[in-house]
Amino acid sequence: MNMQTSVKTRGIVRGGETLKEHRDRLMEATKRTKHYAGLSKMALRDAEPIKYNKLFSRLRAGVVDARETAKKIAASPIVEQEGELCFTLYNAAGDSILTSTGIIIHVGTMGAAIKYMIENGWEENPGIRDGDIFCNNDSLIGNVHPCDIHTIVPIFHEGELIGWVGGVTHVIDTGSVGPGSMSTGQVQRFGDGYSITCRKIGENDTLFRDWLHESQRMVRTTRYWMLDERTRVAGCHMIRDLVKEVIADEGIESYWKFAYESVEHGRVGLQARIKAMTIPGKYRQVGFVDVPYAHEDVRVPSDFAKVDTIMHTPSEITIRGDGTWRLDFEGSSRWGWHTYNAHQVSFTSGIWVMMTQSLIPTEMINDGAAYGTEFRLPKGTWMNPDDRRVAFSYSWHFLVSSWTALWRGLSRAYFGRGYLEEVNAGNANTSNWLQGGGFNQYDEIHAVNSFECAANGVGASAHMDGISHAAAVWNPEGDMGDMEIWELAEPLVYLGRQIKASSGGAGKYRGGCGFESLRMVWNAKDWTMFFMGNGHISSDWGLMGGYPAASGYRFEAHDTRLKEIIAEGGTIPCGGDTDPENPTWEAMLPDARIKRDKQAITTEAMFKDYDLYLNYMRGGPGFGDPLDREPQKVADDVNGGYLLPRFADSVYGVVLADAGDGMKGVDVAATEARRRAIRKARIEESVPVSDWMAGEREKILNKEAGVHVQQMFAASFKLGPRFEQDFRAFWNLPAEWKLMEADLPIPSYGREYSMDISELPDVKTVQFVEE
Amino acid sequence: MAYTKTKIKDLVDGKIDRDTLHTMLSTPKDKERFQIYLEILQEQVEWDDPIILPLGPKLYIVQRKSDRKWMIRSQAGYDFCPWNENWKLHARIRVRNTAAQMEELYPRLMAPSPDWQVIREYFCPISGDLLDVEAPTPWYPVIHDFEPDIDTFYKDWLGLAVPERT
Repeated sequence: MNMQTSVKTRGIVRGGETLKEHRDRLMEATKRTKHYAGLSKMALRDAEPIKYNKLFSRLRAGVVDARETAKKIAASPIVEQEGELCFTLYNAAGDSILTSTGIIIHVGTMGAAIKYMIENGWEENPGIRDGDIFCNNDSLIGNVHPCDIHTIVPIFHEGELIGWVGGVTHVIDTGSVGPGSMSTGQVQRFGDGYSITCRKIGENDTLFRDWLHESQRMVRTTRYWMLDERTRVAGCHMIRDLVKEVIADEGIESYWKFAYESVEHGRVGLQARIKAMTIPGKYRQVGFVDVPYAHEDVRVPSDFAKVDTIMHTPSEITIRGDGTWRLDFEGSSRWGWHTYNAHQVSFTSGIWVMMTQSLIPTEMINDGAAYGTEFRLPKGTWMNPDDRRVAFSYSWHFLVSSWTALWRGLSRAYFGRGYLEEVNAGNANTSNWLQGGGFNQYDEIHAVNSFECAANGVGASAHMDGISHAAAVWNPEGDMGDMEIWELAEPLVYLGRQIKASSGGAGKYRGGCGFESLRMVWNAKDWTMFFMGNGHISSDWGLMGGYPAASGYRFEAHDTRLKEIIAEGGTIPCGGDTDPENPTWEAMLPDARIKRDKQAITTEAMFKDYDLYLNYMRGGPGFGDPLDREPQKVADDVNGGYLLPRFADSVYGVVLADAGDGMKGVDVAATEARRRAIRKARIEESVPVSDWMAGEREKILNKEAGVHVQQMFAASFKLGPRFEQDFRAFWNLPAEWKLMEADLPIPSYGREYSMDISELPDVKTVQFVEE
Repeated sequence: MAYTKTKIKDLVDGKIDRDTLHTMLSTPKDKERFQIYLEILQEQVEWDDPIILPLGPKLYIVQRKSDRKWMIRSQAGYDFCPWNENWKLHARIRVRNTAAQMEELYPRLMAPSPDWQVIREYFCPISGDLLDVEAPTPWYPVIHDFEPDIDTFYKDWLGLAVPERT
């Protein structure tokens, strides 16, 4: 006779629970009590506040120190120059306690990987032991995009698991269809490159040889890959050692309590901050970005992906009287056949990166904020896909553009309360991304991804201009990097780097301007490059009368004869493409094949020595009516190269006057008259909104809009019934008016059929949001 | 940290000194800012109906003295609508949907493509002040961007009496 017996085995978590039991208990208590882990009281913090803060300060300092030390191991300029790395300390359940500086979006993503291991029985197979090393970059379970490689190390104390540490770096290549870490040529995940799902890659603090041999040949930039891995492992081990030292000094009981209370502390802190800074109510906003794939220079393998589409994310923030809040993204676009999809965790976790720059500017960045927020991301949207084929390699294309709308919403609250110092009209679309590869100047297979756009223009505030060529929302510590370092890393010589005039949105306070770099291919072989950024759409609106930032374009020149022109002592392009409406470089390159257009996304194009590539970093949006801008500031902008002179008149109503030494000043009387005339013209040229609505309604009834616009609405209607109802009500549309993707003259693969990763055998996904 | 009215006025006027700005950004918020801010704004407008909540540099929710109705009002004194409606529906609008109109704002190639994105400017009918700019696709409904819960804000968050509303 066979007898089934249930033998209770001791789990690895401190106290004897299994990881699954531990997490289940915490989540049940969180749900039941509304306090993280049921911690309605924070015993350590209340009883021993100094010890609590000492623990926090020591651990936080140690995590930051690990990042600063470990990044020096990397050779990749993305890590070493731009600081594209981050380390996070987690409790046993995979909830983050605190994180370092850097790309802190990963406060949630590595936790999602730990939770995936917990929920899918990694404790039994492959087993989790002291000294193990795990690697993950799987975007289907929470990573942002595959080039963010996670190293995850469990932390044990006296044989029991007490937490985890994770380290992430943005690697320069993942072996995807095209070189560079955020490539555009693939339309499915299978082309995104090397994919690793929480794989055990080492034990006893030593990496497995099969892993080393396999991984180094899966990417183009092997040397960078291997040194990045050593960076991550070193940082994780530094933090693990730190935790052991802290426990030796303060005791395991204190550490254990801190590991959970700090998350509840983060949750409560968010609520308090919402009450201190915002106004209860509803805030609505929207973001868009273009996906212009019908163009001949976007070469993708599948005909069904060769379509122009628009990604769309409306959002509604509800702030309640008790300081809790809900973010609802009803009406967002479906995932698409491109590389701009995102997992729910990267979408939500990234919002904390943004919030740390205004709402919660604290060192205690942890999962508490996530537990304090209700997210609703409809399943099937681009930020919560329901298909396991979707590609993610440049999820940031729309992450940035959809979050910028949230800045505007919150800024209405800050403005209303008088906290003008916190108002931000939005961030720049952080592009262009110069990417490509081939053989470099050292005769090695190489890939490049210039991170110059870690320094875009910042959106304007309500009391000052946005800072120019300074920041990117995804890395609060970003930097444009030194030209000399980029020239070492890329076979591309700088012919110029200058402020991109008129790239910041106009306003009483203007958006910060981006900058532009002109690169000449030099000493490369079999070389390719491509563009990645917004073009037809400016994804960053202005605020309260401010205008959007300028949108993107591309300039590339081939067969330039620059070698001969230089030998002949001729004039060559240098500096910037100052006024693309009146270009000057073409005349210097009479025989060149030049592409100058709005196609700001392309796939790999062939480049050879002396070819040119313009890398244009976008500006930020403006705040307030430009006619209220102090006239002298407009003249200063012209003198400083931030504004092309003709826009002083047409946008700002400022009549410039010569101020000597080639500088411009202001003709005050003429400016006052010009501004009066513009205000008068505004009234004459405008109509009551109701009149405009009547005409726009006719266009809707007659389906007068580009197919890409119609596709956007049709897809949003299908996934967002409430969005469709609101649209119909607003325009008072008759019931017979229908807009269906199936009726449009473009393919819509994925419209009806999809298969989620959770449908695979033995896979249990973790749901973090309301769907 | 509390600030003098002069310092807050400097902030409103875009002239705040860097040290105070840094303190404002890096220390807990001063709850009393709101009332001082309202005082400053009230002194800057030419009408004396009390400001309930600022919505923009030249846009406010006010309590109209004549009938105690809460209205959305421009700096120039135009009452768009009751406070809880979408004021943009009652404004004047100019839509930039051609390349030539876009190129008054941006250099060619740096302007959005009008068949993908338009720019909608909302003006005060009295002054021609530009109060808001939307940049959506064609067909996009006018966004009702903010519905404040003023009663809770005043009463529960700030401990202030809610001004009368008819």
